Amino acid sequence: MSADLSGLTFLDRPNSYIGRSVPRPNARRLLEGRGVYVDDVAVARLGHVAFLRSPHAHARIVALDTADAKAMPGVIAVVTGPELAAVCTPWVGVLGHFKGLRSAPQHALALDRVTWVGEPFCAVVARSRAEAEDALAAIMVEFDPLPAVVDMETALESATPPIHPELGDNLAFERVLDVGDVDAAFRDAAVVVEETFQFGRHTGVCLEPRAILADWAAADGMLTVHHSFQAPHMMQDILCKHLALSEGAVRVICKDVGGSFGIKVHIYPDEMATCALALMLKRPVKFVADRLESFQSDIHARDHRVTARMAFSAEGDILALDMDDLTGIGPYSVYPRTSAVEANQVVNLTGGPYRHQHYRARARVVLQNKAPTCQYRAVGHPIATMVAEGLIDLGAARLGLDPFAVRVRNVIPDDAYPCAGVSGIKLEKLSHQAALAKLRAMMDYDGLREEQALLRQRGIHRGIGLAAFIEITNPSAAFYGVGGARISAQDGCTIRLDPQGGVVAAVSVTEQGQGTEGIIAQIVATATGVPMDQVRVISGDTQTTPYGGGTWASRGAGIGGEAAWQAGKALRGNVLAVAGAILQADPGSLDIRDGAVVDAATGTERMPLSELGRIVYFRPDTLPPGVQPEFVATRHYVPKDYPFAFTNGVQASYVEVDTETGFVRLLKHWCVEDCGTVLNPLLVDEQIRGGIVQGIGGALFEHCLYDAEGQLLNGSMADYLVPMAGEMPDIDVAHVVSATASSEIGAKGAGEAGTAGAPAAVVNAINDALAPLGARVSRQPVTPDVVLEALGLI
Amino acid sequence: MAPESPDRAHAVAFTLNGEAVRAHVPARMHLGDLLRESFGLTGVHLGCEHGVCGACTILVDGRAVRACLMLGVQADGATVETVEGLTESGRIRDLQDAFHTRNALQCGYCTPGMLVTATELLNDADAATSREEIRAAIAGNYCRCTGYHAIVDAIAATAEARRDGPKNSRREAAE
Amino acid sequence: MKAPDFAYARPASLDAALALLAEHGEDAVPLAGGQSLVTALNMRLSAPGLLVDLNAIPELAGVSEDEGVVRIGAMTRHRDVGTAALVRERLPLLAAALPHIAHPAIRNRGTIGGSVALADPATEWPACCLAAGATIVVRGPGTERRIAADAFFLGLYTTALEPGEIVTAIEFPVPGDGAVWGFEELSRRHGDYALVGLAATGRRSAVGLSDLRLAFFGVADRPVLARAAAAAIEAGDLTGAQAALADELDPPDDPATRAATRLHLARVVLGRVAGRMRDGTVKEETSHGA
Repeated sequence: MSADLSGLTFLDRPNSYIGRSVPRPNARRLLEGRGVYVDDVAVARLGHVAFLRSPHAHARIVALDTADAKAMPGVIAVVTGPELAAVCTPWVGVLGHFKGLRSAPQHALALDRVTWVGEPFCAVVARSRAEAEDALAAIMVEFDPLPAVVDMETALESATPPIHPELGDNLAFERVLDVGDVDAAFRDAAVVVEETFQFGRHTGVCLEPRAILADWAAADGMLTVHHSFQAPHMMQDILCKHLALSEGAVRVICKDVGGSFGIKVHIYPDEMATCALALMLKRPVKFVADRLESFQSDIHARDHRVTARMAFSAEGDILALDMDDLTGIGPYSVYPRTSAVEANQVVNLTGGPYRHQHYRARARVVLQNKAPTCQYRAVGHPIATMVAEGLIDLGAARLGLDPFAVRVRNVIPDDAYPCAGVSGIKLEKLSHQAALAKLRAMMDYDGLREEQALLRQRGIHRGIGLAAFIEITNPSAAFYGVGGARISAQDGCTIRLDPQGGVVAAVSVTEQGQGTEGIIAQIVATATGVPMDQVRVISGDTQTTPYGGGTWASRGAGIGGEAAWQAGKALRGNVLAVAGAILQADPGSLDIRDGAVVDAATGTERMPLSELGRIVYFRPDTLPPGVQPEFVATRHYVPKDYPFAFTNGVQASYVEVDTETGFVRLLKHWCVEDCGTVLNPLLVDEQIRGGIVQGIGGALFEHCLYDAEGQLLNGSMADYLVPMAGEMPDIDVAHVVSATASSEIGAKGAGEAGTAGAPAAVVNAINDALAPLGARVSRQPVTPDVVLEALGLI
Repeated sequence: MAPESPDRAHAVAFTLNGEAVRAHVPARMHLGDLLRESFGLTGVHLGCEHGVCGACTILVDGRAVRACLMLGVQADGATVETVEGLTESGRIRDLQDAFHTRNALQCGYCTPGMLVTATELLNDADAATSREEIRAAIAGNYCRCTGYHAIVDAIAATAEARRDGPKNSRREAAE
Repeated sequence: MKAPDFAYARPASLDAALALLAEHGEDAVPLAGGQSLVTALNMRLSAPGLLVDLNAIPELAGVSEDEGVVRIGAMTRHRDVGTAALVRERLPLLAAALPHIAHPAIRNRGTIGGSVALADPATEWPACCLAAGATIVVRGPGTERRIAADAFFLGLYTTALEPGEIVTAIEFPVPGDGAVWGFEELSRRHGDYALVGLAATGRRSAVGLSDLRLAFFGVADRPVLARAAAAAIEAGDLTGAQAALADELDPPDDPATRAATRLHLARVVLGRVAGRMRDGTVKEETSHGA
């Protein structure tokens, strides 16, 4: 962490807001119901679009008659796939660095074949959503059902027809990694444990459904798109490409976004169709997914089956890990990030906290006729963590060792960094040992074990589960850019000092509730010396912010924050140069604190910024000759020395299993996490808690259930169970700080941590509770069915 | 003035956030859409339109209800309050402050419904407000962002402050 | 997800409502609390021509007691049922069931009559009616019928209501001396539909339990009175009672929960409720979780 020109680092600037629990400035508006989500944007002449979606998992569209629908009241247009294809070109979700990854061209509206239940193939635009839905019912369609590939286990069998005949089979991608001598390690092991883990398919269920409003102003040649989305510049680029527009003709605005979690960073056919319809109809068109179509058309995630084994020495050293992952991704690899990333992350991350040297992994990604899957919060992490942490508990039990001790024994020591993980990932600085020690004290591990033993004597079955994990954050261009995707890994911030002494900061990272704007305001205030209440932050607008990637993969604070810090420092330098000229002082002897230029050594005020602003903007004639103030500064940042900033953490769960009913009660959850510099504990702690609850959702409740014909069986909020307050535990969060030296602010991401570790902690706790009964679960979600089956009660 | 005869749309009159209002409402339009589209009350968020997520929760005649599960025509004669009205009246300022200082919201989409649900809980003088009871009371309001912990903190702190505060300020807050 | 077009009327009297229902026949649907019906409308699972709103008919709401019978008007909201002093004192089973019905905002609007008329097999009030030996009072054009709960619930969303009839009230006999009750429900999360639930009434004496009525819900196409199980418990044979449930219940086999699981859970719940009733510990139990 380098010192700046005032000799002070990021962390010890006077009046620093860093590390303080500052409430988010933009939250008050949301608390008053004054947020502006896409559905709240009012425009004239608005058309509402509703989509006809496939009721079949796989079928040919034999006939489609829209005449009656076009005659319905309020209907503006009814558009089919071939009609839309004249305006919007198809896409293929592959990337160059995933060698061998295959998919097929995907259209905004399916042309003549539908490939999953929920795929849109016809659109109605009407004066109201209700009238559009009325007209959907009047469209006549005739289908010729085709064989559906539903079960990923049989997708690769020769008897299973390929979904896209031109690909020959249903294998979209395969990766094999073989490090060290795995066979020898297993041969020499004292103990080998093996398990098959199943991870149910689930989905994001953002409370604000996906929404997009596209307004084509033909006279201006301007497509303005209000979008509930994480990456406005990416959307702009893709709209340009597929609608044949130039960058200057497309503006994407992402104001308030009601949750995203990776759901809202992909290209969706219905959203592309909405933009194309606006072009075709030369008027604004709005699509707001309703909840039922969200379940069918939002990306799904997980859906993995992993068979894995781990070799141990008699002393409890992990010797080797060997795993095989199979995942089903739906009929297309999703554009532009592809659907191979989760499996790839599983290979990269499994066993990542530990120092074994022998590792073999195979991941196969198969196509199937279900909703497409793609990157969703903590991509691959919960799978990788569950596999390794589940096997460690099995090994510890077989060896008669305490599971906490086995982890302490095997983690890569805190003094071993920088180093590489066994999968080849580059690790700058992690803190597994410190995190484990902190967790142990925080949860009173020994006390809990005593309580557990006492309660067992009374027939109460409680369990303690642990999960150490690593997390990918601050991605560089290594994530997507190197594969040819036009997804920006760099971000920028522009800060302007206004006459009254306040600043406006425009950033290319975006806000979906994490507190991005609040963090940027804290950093800008700290860097410029302007009080935080005089910092305004603008985000989510391709026309008014620097170019950048937006917010995904835990990059907002670490990358956007560093850009803001550098821009703030540059602006401070510019301001002090002018102040020095006016005050006839060495700029290096001055600083800005609390909105005033001060003498850096004594803190004595020399001139308020408002006076400086008055002179610069309204009486530039009085400035010393040759002084040209530049009260706007822009800086960009991208991590260069590491492809990713890995972070680490460890979670613990304490549960009680009712061994008669199979019900699991979550008693308490702990997380110690190391995201480098903690910019705002208030924000990071609740983000981690939210991630933990999201992880618990997958571990215990959430599951997209399909029947053998590929019908989604539980696509409503009454049937798809999200975690609610009544069942969730209180969650304690603590931090270890290993700042990254890649940036001056030293911040890494924290958005995936909770979800990465929670399922493994909870499932391990359940198994710990069940252990005296000889029962064990390995299939998520762990429902009463699963527990009762394990107990042999049903 | 009840619409006693069948029709596909009806004239309704009701009290909305303290103001007497009128509207002509298609029978099929639910109250959430009516409030959003005819009155611009976009703090009424639609998250599922089948009564499960709680984002559209509002007060009708002082009680929390799902705006998506009442028809707009059924507002006729009722007193309806949304987060906008509760905000303007200042009645939940303490609750909003508690949410703000504890960061009991992230994306803000669940927040209006969560505040309304908490308002009803806090107005109920008999309601016990242990963490477990608060969790049960908000168990019908889905939040994907926070993990609920801070929301429980904020409601518990508000309940405690109202309990411990001067009697008159508590009455004011509850009015 | 917007409802299909329909007409709406809000009559001010029961007679006017019944006249509208009679005039429009099967095209007309009565609207009570709407917490299930409006959901179905929004999802376009239901497309009535006319909704007849019962919410403006004063005589349909309220709780009263007369000659050993507590009468609950059909349009009494769930919350007002469970919190009424009369109910808490006379029918503690109903008060115990209240917190299990969905969530506060649903309880504020949904009605007991609507719930009974809908007859969702996984809900609390129909089972409570069955356990408590309630009488369902219904009115059609010009006639009133009084139907024992035992004869009212006929199948999945199917009741003894004839076309044009609506539920106007539910009458519960006030339990006599020695009466005990039990209630337990297992659901995945607070307020979810029951995986299995049991509402029970009976009489306790020094020799054990008698007059047991065990009304299970969530384990068949309707609430089920488990008579053989009740007889076995009265005979002191809990194991026999649990075994008897295999024949008395017909749990659904849904994708998230196997029928075998529900049957197993019904047996667990029976053991717990019967134990509490026998021991005179009448507190109700709640369990939510995975």
